[in-house]
Amino acid sequence: MISYLRSIWIAFSHMFKKRETYEYPEKKAPLPARWRGRIILTRDPDMGERCVGCYLCAVACPVDCISLQATEDEHGRRYPEFFRINFSRCIFCGYCEEACPTYAIQLTPDYEMSEYNRQNLVYEKEDLLIDGQGKYHGYNYYKVAGLAIGGKNKGEAENEDKPIDIRSLIP
Amino acid sequence: MKTSPLISEALSPEKIMEKIDILFYITSAVAVISTIMVITRYHAVHALLYLVVSFLSIALIFYFAGAPFIAALEVIIYAGAIMVLFIFVVMMLNLGPRTMEQERGWTTPAIWIGPSILSAVLLVAFMTVLMNNPAEDTGLNLVGVQEVGISLFTEYLLAVELTGLLLMAAIIGAYHLGSREKKIYHRYLEKTDQ
Amino acid sequence: MNVTLKTALIILGVPFAMLSLAAGLIWVERRLLALWQDRYGPNRVGPFGLLQVLADMIKIFFKEDWIPPFADRKVFVIAPAIVMSTILLSFAIIPFAPGIIISDMNIGILFFLAMSSLGAYSIVLAGWSSNNKYALLGALRGSAQMMTYEVFMGLSLMGVVMMTGSFKLTDIVLAQQHIWFVVPQFLGFVIFLIAGIAETHRLPFDIPEAESELVAGYHSEYSGMKFGMFFVAEYLGIILVSALITALFFGGWLGPGFLPGPVWFFLKTFVFIMFFILLRASLPRPRYDQLMGYGWKILLPLSLINLLVTGAIMMIYIN
Repeated sequence: MISYLRSIWIAFSHMFKKRETYEYPEKKAPLPARWRGRIILTRDPDMGERCVGCYLCAVACPVDCISLQATEDEHGRRYPEFFRINFSRCIFCGYCEEACPTYAIQLTPDYEMSEYNRQNLVYEKEDLLIDGQGKYHGYNYYKVAGLAIGGKNKGEAENEDKPIDIRSLIP
Repeated sequence: MKTSPLISEALSPEKIMEKIDILFYITSAVAVISTIMVITRYHAVHALLYLVVSFLSIALIFYFAGAPFIAALEVIIYAGAIMVLFIFVVMMLNLGPRTMEQERGWTTPAIWIGPSILSAVLLVAFMTVLMNNPAEDTGLNLVGVQEVGISLFTEYLLAVELTGLLLMAAIIGAYHLGSREKKIYHRYLEKTDQ
Repeated sequence: MNVTLKTALIILGVPFAMLSLAAGLIWVERRLLALWQDRYGPNRVGPFGLLQVLADMIKIFFKEDWIPPFADRKVFVIAPAIVMSTILLSFAIIPFAPGIIISDMNIGILFFLAMSSLGAYSIVLAGWSSNNKYALLGALRGSAQMMTYEVFMGLSLMGVVMMTGSFKLTDIVLAQQHIWFVVPQFLGFVIFLIAGIAETHRLPFDIPEAESELVAGYHSEYSGMKFGMFFVAEYLGIILVSALITALFFGGWLGPGFLPGPVWFFLKTFVFIMFFILLRASLPRPRYDQLMGYGWKILLPLSLINLLVTGAIMMIYIN
């Protein structure tokens, strides 16, 4: 009996407590920088596309919402011919971001993606690609991995280390 | 003198009696029709609903006759409690269209003959009584709650006590039927007869 | 003013006022619940979200009024009408102020009890005619609960009736000029409050419609305005029980003279409406057998003891 009265009193005293609601359209909840929201494709500092069309994101995606087609430009550099994410399927798990070897695909703290037409949730490459570097500034995949140019293979230029032989155990 | 709740001061007693007469006949018609509907329905729940309507109209007749207390009790106890229990039970029986067909088979016209003759005899007897000594005009003497209470606890004290005893016996019986033996809620501890 | 006109105005005005109050109460309840749960509640439509009620009404009026093909059509349709009409009829005996009462009949309280016992039909019939397991279970629970709690709802009021010597509600209110009946009849008040919650099947005792067990209980199959009628009837029931508590135990329209009588009545009633909502915000639902056991084993003996003690004291006092 006392406990009933006590719980009634506790509920009553909540009248004078701070309210937990964020009044959404006017006031938005503060999101952490690593919030997994809308997916973007980023560029490297030279404004080249980071994506090399390796399909790892499409493989990692548990709901198969990413589809892309890799192709090569005249210098032999790979890039995606089309890159399509169906956000009505996406579960924002972030596995694609983890799988990406070039930091191209990234998740951003943006969640306001509602549409009246479901088809509008299928984002093409021009919707996804931004003119910026996203979360990883200054990272250029080819500067780290090396690039074969002008008859020189990887590691044959001046001041360049040999690429690591990943099939050997010797350091 | 107490005034009936139906009476507003503006009307003369004759007018009021006339009004009450009209209301009485309407209510009686409702009561008779609903009672006929009770016995002609094949669907048990529908029949019970008509019985409720019949009880309500009887309560209203009591009210017109100057016994508001009895009217209220009629609604509370008969219409409100007992009929709900009836419907409760019928509900649990899960009567479907199949039982309605069965019922239709049972109530052939031949079955109506016996009860009809018997009730016709009753009606004739009732009519003769009414014809020979017409009820004297009692007017509107209101039987209030206090009068009912006083007569219950003086004149009819024995009846009240006996009813109380009967109800007590019913309650004890229901308790006995409803009570379960204490059960040990673990299968290893349960005693089994070898 | 003409007497007939005044009567007609009261007869039309009270149900209208009560219906609009009940609709407004939906907003009040949502705001208050939100307040006690650290939320805001509806605050978008109109000032303070007041027009939310209007929006909901428009929505519910334009919903498809669907009668399931497996339901018993006629009974399905009258069930919500029964609860609305019995509760609206019960308002006939509430004395809002001296003179503002539809029918000051000398069996006032009995009339209320009769109407509330007829209200049980709507639950039973709604549950049965829906032809649905959950609805039937809700109806079974509802009818058992309402019949149980009617018993000592009546008994708890008898103390007040004994002290007044009348079933008339105006007499009862006038008898409280010196002391509110809540003081001498505190036990009766508590029992009536609990029975009132159970009778309107409000939240701690919403066994017949328990969402988490029975979907929506007896009105699972209802939609559109028929569901709306059950919904509004629930709020009407809250107002009715609160108004009765005010009239029977808290001196009705009586109060210090700086406010007129109806205002006092409304204020007191509103406090109890708020209390009902607070109960919803704070207490969990008991199990079904606990509720019935609580009723028969604790509340019934308590109300009988209350009656006995009241009678004994009155006998000593009067003789």
